Amino acid sequence: MSSLDFSTKIGSRRFSNPIFTASGCASSGQELSQFFPISEIGAVVTKSIMTKPRTGRATPRMAETPSGMLNSIGLQGPGIDAFLENDIPWLLANSAKVIVSIAGETVDEYGVLARKLRAVSGVSAVEVNISCPNVENRGQVFACHPESAVAVIESVRRNIGGELPIVAKLSPDVTNIVEIAQSVINVGVDGLALINTLLGMVIDTNTMKPKLAGKTGGLSGPAIRPVAVRAIYQVHQAFPQTPIVGMGGVSNGRDAFEMVLAGASAVSVGTATFGNPSAAMQIKDELSNLLLEKGFNDFRDAIGFAHRGV
Amino acid sequence: MSGSQKINRSAIQIQAEVLSNKKVGPYHHMVFAVDKMAASCKPGNFVAISVGGGQSSLILRRAFAIYRANDKGPMGGSIELVVAPHGQGSQWLCAQNVGEFVDIVGPLGTSFGVPSSNANTLLVGGGYGSAPLFALAEVLKNRGCRVDMVLGASTASKIYAPLEGKRSVSSLTLTTDDGSTGIHGQISEAIPRLIRENSIEVIYSCGPMGMLAAVSKIAIEFDIPHQCAVEEAMACGVGVCMTCVVPVKDDDQIKMTRTCIDGPVMDGAKIIWDRKIVMDALHP
Repeated sequence: MSSLDFSTKIGSRRFSNPIFTASGCASSGQELSQFFPISEIGAVVTKSIMTKPRTGRATPRMAETPSGMLNSIGLQGPGIDAFLENDIPWLLANSAKVIVSIAGETVDEYGVLARKLRAVSGVSAVEVNISCPNVENRGQVFACHPESAVAVIESVRRNIGGELPIVAKLSPDVTNIVEIAQSVINVGVDGLALINTLLGMVIDTNTMKPKLAGKTGGLSGPAIRPVAVRAIYQVHQAFPQTPIVGMGGVSNGRDAFEMVLAGASAVSVGTATFGNPSAAMQIKDELSNLLLEKGFNDFRDAIGFAHRGV
Repeated sequence: MSGSQKINRSAIQIQAEVLSNKKVGPYHHMVFAVDKMAASCKPGNFVAISVGGGQSSLILRRAFAIYRANDKGPMGGSIELVVAPHGQGSQWLCAQNVGEFVDIVGPLGTSFGVPSSNANTLLVGGGYGSAPLFALAEVLKNRGCRVDMVLGASTASKIYAPLEGKRSVSSLTLTTDDGSTGIHGQISEAIPRLIRENSIEVIYSCGPMGMLAAVSKIAIEFDIPHQCAVEEAMACGVGVCMTCVVPVKDDDQIKMTRTCIDGPVMDGAKIIWDRKIVMDALHP
């Protein structure tokens, strides 16, 4: 049996394998650590953290849909200070590679978060979540407009200093995702996370009202996978040099491989973890086997393979 | 979330064989071979089960309170569940035959706290929410506690009270909304009299949220500690999805608290049961 170089790179940082958790689907790692050693996945992408503690939305926060689910959490979290005090030390003590996801209500808040992260050692990258659909004002979805997306990334870039890679998380709920990708690449992001959830709604036909307390929610799970594959394919075609962290309904090694073929340099496992706490580890093993089966000895040769000879 | 001191560290994920599946009234009593998982199950804990089979469009686990756990038996450790087949997932589970395997994660969540000295306890169960109370009754009785139980449901057939479960109970009161058995009325109407007559010092409850809210109100009026096992829709059961939260008082703030980690057994007096307060604060 031949061996596989399973490592991958985002900006200047190397990861031992390309399977990450997806932000908001693994908390900060502790809860999953009883099911597998958290250090064995490529990276833990933490739940998007904000400047202050946040209560989030009322319940119901969840609605299962065919091969998917809507969530409407509303970025509940402890705030950056408690996060840096409690969660980062635990992750580093458990030898996890950490990508910190940040979210703000204003451009300045992203700057504040970046400045606080600047002082933290041991973090591998920052994911700038500019595409959470669960905000009161759609105007706050910075990734829906090139100008606001650029403003946030510039604010993070100014404040973060050094070489910490910046990954911008984009929304598929736009007319032209390549245009948004271009705008943030122009101001120097090191990678893109594709895709966040799609805005959706379920109406309970018994109560005849929206099922979720927040009315709308983010759709995730296998139902959105073809949308993710399309977005990754389009963006990789336009910017083959920009690493993409692919996500959206990946449930097994075959799904992860599909995203890699479309152009993903890493694959995040999100909703699948809800159905199976060991999903990320299983997907990592399955992807490794599939790559070898297909004759790849270096993971990086498979990235964007679907584009070859087209 | 940070400071998750309460994560149930005994949780494991296993493929469990169905040992028995019997219809009991509108419910299914199911037994699963879980080997060493059984030894770490305590009354109040729950399990999260994958439903629908590998190609299912049902992607989320379903949570079920553990009815009882037996760590020694001819088939090794086992757990028993009482399942109401009222959704696609629970219908699938109830359709599983003896010999088939299901993916179970457990035990999860908090368990009922047991008094350190003998106390007069009242156990309140709504519908099949009575299930975890029988194992609790046994533990309490072995501690020397007096155990009174009141079970309520919309109609007689929906009360789950198996013969063997009644052995640990000093008295059993039944209530039904339609009067088909026991006292005609809501379960909460029967509680004040039981508290007075039996000098109740601790209340344990499990059942629908509306019932738990009513019991909490009574417990506060009588100034009695009240541990309730709540029921909120879950996606993962293991603490990562943040969907199964209930609003808890935190100074003058609301803290949305995970019922899979800090629950399902929670202090009824700390939960904000009035939905309007929560909606006004979070969705002004």
